[in-house]
Amino acid sequence: MAATAVPRPTATATATSPGPTLASRRRTRRLAADIGLLAVAAAFVLPLAWVLLSSVDPHADLRVKVPDGLTFDNFDAILTSDITFTPLLNSLILCGGATLLTVVCAALAAYPLSRFRSRLNRPFLLTILFATSLPITAIMVPVYALFVRVNLIDTAQGVIFFFTASQLPFAIWLMKNFMDGVPKELEEAAWTDGANSLQSLVRIVLPLMGPGVAVVTVFSFVLMWGNFFVPFMLLLTPDQMPASVSINEFFGNRGMVAYGQLAAFSIVYSTPVILLYLLIARRLGGGFALGGAVKG
Amino acid sequence: MTAAAAPHATDGPETVKAPPGRPAQTPSKHGKLLRALARVLPLSPAVVLLLLFLAGPIAYCAYIAFTDLQLTGQAHSSFVGLANFRKAFRDEEFLNAVWLTLVFTVVSSLLGQNTLGLALAALMQRASKPVRTLTGGIVITAWVLPEVVAGFLLYAFFRKEGTLNAILDWLHLPSQNWLFTLPILAVSFANVWRGTAFSMLVYSAALNEIPSEITEAAEVDGAGGWRRMWHITLPMIRRSIGTNLMLNTLQTLSVFGLIWVMTRGGPGNKSQTLPLFMYEQAFQNSMIGYGTAVALLLLLVGSLFSLVYLRLLRTEV
Repeated sequence: MAATAVPRPTATATATSPGPTLASRRRTRRLAADIGLLAVAAAFVLPLAWVLLSSVDPHADLRVKVPDGLTFDNFDAILTSDITFTPLLNSLILCGGATLLTVVCAALAAYPLSRFRSRLNRPFLLTILFATSLPITAIMVPVYALFVRVNLIDTAQGVIFFFTASQLPFAIWLMKNFMDGVPKELEEAAWTDGANSLQSLVRIVLPLMGPGVAVVTVFSFVLMWGNFFVPFMLLLTPDQMPASVSINEFFGNRGMVAYGQLAAFSIVYSTPVILLYLLIARRLGGGFALGGAVKG
Repeated sequence: MTAAAAPHATDGPETVKAPPGRPAQTPSKHGKLLRALARVLPLSPAVVLLLLFLAGPIAYCAYIAFTDLQLTGQAHSSFVGLANFRKAFRDEEFLNAVWLTLVFTVVSSLLGQNTLGLALAALMQRASKPVRTLTGGIVITAWVLPEVVAGFLLYAFFRKEGTLNAILDWLHLPSQNWLFTLPILAVSFANVWRGTAFSMLVYSAALNEIPSEITEAAEVDGAGGWRRMWHITLPMIRRSIGTNLMLNTLQTLSVFGLIWVMTRGGPGNKSQTLPLFMYEQAFQNSMIGYGTAVALLLLLVGSLFSLVYLRLLRTEV
């Protein structure tokens, strides 16, 4: 995947005409680089190979091996509403709801930050940036205690609100940077026609920064989809659990661990985020990325 | 995206004169107030959510860290001052968790992700396109996978019956039960596997911005690969190195799911980093107050890193 996410090399041997020794040295160096990269790739691919091979292996265990035959029994066994569909639906409700809320709030908040000059912008943005990098894990115990007091524990809306709040700083920051890229002249016409801020945001600015909105949306969704700790802490009822938590049931509750089924479930659960990442990879790849986006 | 110029360059509709279509507003106090309100209003949903669900818990955290709040059956908690913190610094298990967190951060973030990410990015500058694409794809897939799935994959890899030992057997090297003998190293490697892509992407972007004339000139002058790396490349990307180290460290400080899935912090507490320690104190031992005190310490360390990070970016915001 993600050929697109890997940046292009800087200009190679084409520009000047270096001597033949330099050219051959370059070739050797390219070969060495290829070998080095392939070695790392080989080490990295082993766990991935395990999940792919085990999912179609009738006798899967813990090591990478050629399957004893090709079977889709593992997928058949897990594709039930109990094991797969309910948790995935729960994930979709929690992450979809929180992503929607995040994107709407972030777009609204980014607009004045990007369009109006104010003394408060800089302190506000610095606070946002500061909050971006706080270790959210650390506040989960107090959040639990707080949610117990205000009766939000074990509710979907509680998780959605917390997901949103923890994702908002980064989403606002990204959104504001994308919005800065839309020239304000385009809006001025609408302003003279009497459009208000909201109309101008919804009809002009957001459509023009579609790819930016897509990045914020996909990025928020992917992070929440993979988040384990937040639903693990804030939800209690088993049939409310999203896939990130329910996957742990393959250990423990069901007796002997069925590794083939665990692998099959892992694939079903991971596929949506991998597809979504591919969707935005090109965009992230260009002037990558989180670091780049944070750098502005 | 030019954050550098942004806050000053964007003077929006405020500079636009009153629209001719509407009756010109007199700059009365009333109009000014309305306009200010219209500007603040879009911010309010985000601000309310942030205050209620982010700032609120942080403030609450700072409060219950000084109480003896427990999980169950307690009419009301009482203020105990610094008792939780005093207890922590006398608690062997807490000190053990601090030490393991340090090991975990240094091995997986500083040495692992950061160095390997830089090496991969540097090699990618020279490698052929198919190899670059393949390696990038694999490393990024490891990064995109949900945390818990990554945990299971690496659990299978490091288990006694797992892939790593199979390979060691095949090479006639001594195998061992990695998750039992060296759990903190196993989870550190797992974090390297999962997190290296981020550093790789940050450094790839940074290296691409170095003008090729500079490295080529040094090459013609006969500077070898390592010398060019040390004297030219690294100084030119030092800002990215700083940013990347900060973000990696902050991410690593809050890893919970990966370790939870692989070892549950065990065996014993041999891979119990601070987040897992905090969780155990609060929920297995029912001492929310104590767990929160640990959380507050973690939050303070995180805030320090975060401030350093802001300083690094200061010229650009």
